[in-house]
Amino acid sequence: MIKSETILKTARELNIKAAIEGPKDVRQKVANMEKEETHHLSKYVLGKILENYDAAIKDRRPMCADTGLPRYYAKVGNHASIEGGMVTLEKLLRQATAETTASIPLRPNRVHPFSRKDYNNNVGIHAPTVDYSFEPDADWLDITVVHKGGLFGGDYRMLFPADGIPGLKRFYLDSLAEYFRRGMSCQPAVIGVGVGGTKDVCVRLSKEAACLRVVGDRNPDPEIAKLEEELIELGNQSGFGPMGFPGNSAVLDVHIEVAYAHTGGMPVGIQHFCYAQRRMSARISSNDKVEYREDPMWFTPYYRRDTIE
Amino acid sequence: MTDQEKKTIREVYLSLPVSPEDLDSLKLGDAVYLNGLVFTGREGVYSRIFEKNIEPPIDIRELGGATFHCSPAISETSPGVYNVPSVTATASFRFAKYMPEFLKRYGIRIVIGKGGMALDIYKQAFRPNGTIYLTTVGYGLGAIYGRGILGVKDVIWKEELGFAQAMWILEVENFGPFLVECDAQGESLFEKANAEINTKFLKLYEGLPQLALKRLGEVCNPDTEVF
Ligand code: SF4
Repeated sequence: MIKSETILKTARELNIKAAIEGPKDVRQKVANMEKEETHHLSKYVLGKILENYDAAIKDRRPMCADTGLPRYYAKVGNHASIEGGMVTLEKLLRQATAETTASIPLRPNRVHPFSRKDYNNNVGIHAPTVDYSFEPDADWLDITVVHKGGLFGGDYRMLFPADGIPGLKRFYLDSLAEYFRRGMSCQPAVIGVGVGGTKDVCVRLSKEAACLRVVGDRNPDPEIAKLEEELIELGNQSGFGPMGFPGNSAVLDVHIEVAYAHTGGMPVGIQHFCYAQRRMSARISSNDKVEYREDPMWFTPYYRRDTIE
Repeated sequence: MTDQEKKTIREVYLSLPVSPEDLDSLKLGDAVYLNGLVFTGREGVYSRIFEKNIEPPIDIRELGGATFHCSPAISETSPGVYNVPSVTATASFRFAKYMPEFLKRYGIRIVIGKGGMALDIYKQAFRPNGTIYLTTVGYGLGAIYGRGILGVKDVIWKEELGFAQAMWILEVENFGPFLVECDAQGESLFEKANAEINTKFLKLYEGLPQLALKRLGEVCNPDTEVF
């Protein structure tokens, strides 16, 4: 049995680690880019980004004051047993968001879309979002916390088989043109691309691709992996650096995920995830042991399955 | 390596309020650090002032003329006592329409924010008023900027607007770095960056087809900005 107390403690800790430290794979990639960047403005910005990561960890401050929209991804083992059930799990995750909003503190970003009412705790209708997936032969619970900036860098388009990969490349370049100018995406960014499924599915996949895979990870399908590499290259040849200054360091990685689509369509979602890449994961075992880690391990072979089982 | 690539960034420390000479001496791309008072404002503040015609309860002309498009990560540790560990700007282009009147009415000399505004606003409103625009760096250098904040001097409209939208009056020390995006002549660093990048960027579109299904309003080319 996974105890509710353990879930609450872990969710709190994940929010703190995400907001202050973020994952090392991203920090390391930014450090490599800083070494190689030759344009003085872009190099200066990358240097400051690295200083900021260090300042956040040293002083225990949030790395970016824009909390974005805190959310959770829960992967539940098929045999996991959670004290109080799934409703309790959701309550605990909401409680952890409210508590850490005050304790870290995080900026209370979440408001009612019309009245703009703010409970000052990042909790409200469908806030924080909790997404679920399941895993066979497992009795653990994986929780990943993501705080992603929310205003820029997301787009969707219905493409068609005739547009194909060249069309996808055009749409990708359009998204850079839209959001890399002036650094609206706070690049260098990880770019998630979701292809196929329905409109909502490709957008969801693009978000998961941007937020739930580590820098350097390639899609296991060699064709898709090749396209990921082509898009990385295209992005870093675009001439954009951080803040939209001239440079070669704007794309930390490109992650592509696919879903089977309507035979006549090829819907595409694109998400840019800024360098303040606040994500952190933990696994709670059935004996209540907690292991923190930086790889969300969200895209398991089971999650990407194309068969009935 | 070209001359451009060899350039380094000049750092400048200024005390608020600034003099016109201070501002004249700044060049595009200089990194500025500020000492004194800075007050925040975004949607909530502008809509109260300009749409609801409510004047702030204190005279913001007395605050030294530096405003910041942001809301800090803030907590009230006990009534009236605040902890501000981190602060990050929000995109300024959304507030451009308020700028001409705002700069004039409240004697604003420095606008700090994310990403700057369009060149014509600089020429029409900033330059005639002797105002410059400083952009935050990154933009998510929350922790570094948090280090420059000594404390909260006052907060206006906290009940009415909530923490994220209230006007926070912050005491700052070596608060920065901010890059000069619009100088005293109304020139823009981002405009120059765009011009430099466009030649290279547009080449990447060569050979890529137009998409089958267009979107209504899709009239601009990839070398223009979307705001
Ligand atoms: S996009 Fe990321 S780095 Fe930029 S302000 Fe938002 S959360 Fe911070």
